Amino acid sequence: MLDKDGIAKRIAQELKNGYYVNLGIGIPTLVANHIPEGISVTFQSENGMLGMGPFPFEGEEDADLINAGKQTVTVMPGGSYFDSATSFAMIRGEHVDLTILGAMEVSETGDIANWKIPGKMVKGMGGAMDLVASAKHIIVAMQHVNKAGESKLLPKCTLPLTGLHCVKRIVTELAVIDITPNGFKLIERAPGVSVDDIKKATEGKLIVEGEIPEMHLYL
Amino acid sequence: MYKVVKNAEEAIHDITDNSTIHLGGFGLCGIPENCIAALAKKGVKGLTCISNNAGVEGFGIGILLHQRQVKKMISSYVGENAEFERQLLSGELEVDLIPQGTLAERCRAAAAGIPAFFTPAGYGTEVAEGKEVREFDGKMYIMEHWLKADFSIIKAWKGDTDGNLIYRKTTRNFNLPMAGAGRITIAEVEELVPAGQLDPDQIHTPGIFIKRIFEGEKFEKRIEQRTVSKKA
Repeated sequence: MLDKDGIAKRIAQELKNGYYVNLGIGIPTLVANHIPEGISVTFQSENGMLGMGPFPFEGEEDADLINAGKQTVTVMPGGSYFDSATSFAMIRGEHVDLTILGAMEVSETGDIANWKIPGKMVKGMGGAMDLVASAKHIIVAMQHVNKAGESKLLPKCTLPLTGLHCVKRIVTELAVIDITPNGFKLIERAPGVSVDDIKKATEGKLIVEGEIPEMHLYL
Repeated sequence: MYKVVKNAEEAIHDITDNSTIHLGGFGLCGIPENCIAALAKKGVKGLTCISNNAGVEGFGIGILLHQRQVKKMISSYVGENAEFERQLLSGELEVDLIPQGTLAERCRAAAAGIPAFFTPAGYGTEVAEGKEVREFDGKMYIMEHWLKADFSIIKAWKGDTDGNLIYRKTTRNFNLPMAGAGRITIAEVEELVPAGQLDPDQIHTPGIFIKRIFEGEKFEKRIEQRTVSKKA
């Protein structure tokens, strides 16, 4: 089983040279710490920056330079700043190669719910609806089951949707799963996790074909 | 010089109860804090505030929420403010939650004189309810309208007496698309210089969009999430 950093590490292996990548809040943010050797990517922060860098050193924080999670950050050489309308032109115009975000639920048809729990939580969707409606490639980083032990990989989402038919791949503490026209398809197992463990934690239809390899995490 | 006003109080002098106002900024980054303080002091009520976020308790729009001056918020994300969530769940406050890119484009469209546009954001979700849906090149889009207001209040780093603006780093955010989106746009800047001193090649918002400009008395520029790296 993977911890949060393990999930981020596995997702980081999906990064390709030259990618523009938008990272959501939570586990996706950790992906930036695990970029494989020799791979160069540019992070887009939807509040208005390309080339987002690491957190600043203490004393060098700048209130005018934050990421979409409102955290103080730095900018990489070659970075740029822009306004919110331009930022979402990049997103809607499908210029961002990969979006990595968290989810409360994903359905076997690739629907995603991650912005609202009716009557309980009203935080808003932020940029998630724009991102999932237009990303060329979307990977969801999340726990396989929720705090109540219920599967988050469902035949149909029960919570209000963020987007329809958009998720391509899910990485959890247990597995890498792709969304196919026929449902969830098991691609890799996390170290020490059996196919049965994954089946038990997946409520939607799970396709298992042949031997399922254990994932390699380059540390 | 006819655009220059003395201070925030003068800039907002004709904002009355029940006005609709754009407020620039993302989180607490690049918010027009002097005008917000002046609105709080003036005590205007029943405001509809269009702003990506709702501030935090005790700062930004959080001050106006705390004083019950806001009737309705139009935002994309309001998760940082517990007082907001309380007023919303108790029914004291109305809220429209809008996808962030749609919110930015609706402001830009208002400034640009474009009454509506189609976006894929929110298709198939409750955001699309009651909206026109159309297919373009095999993909589904929903129609969204421009978002006008009585006033737009924005913040820039440098401005000149003709209203030309330059923003700093990630403070451009909603300040730029909101410039000119309201009937009257007010800009507060950290440094106001005579027209001619800013390089025309470096202007982000041309002065035509700005009706009033002033140098803010004080910028606290509070940091919402102070995150740092350790030196190796």
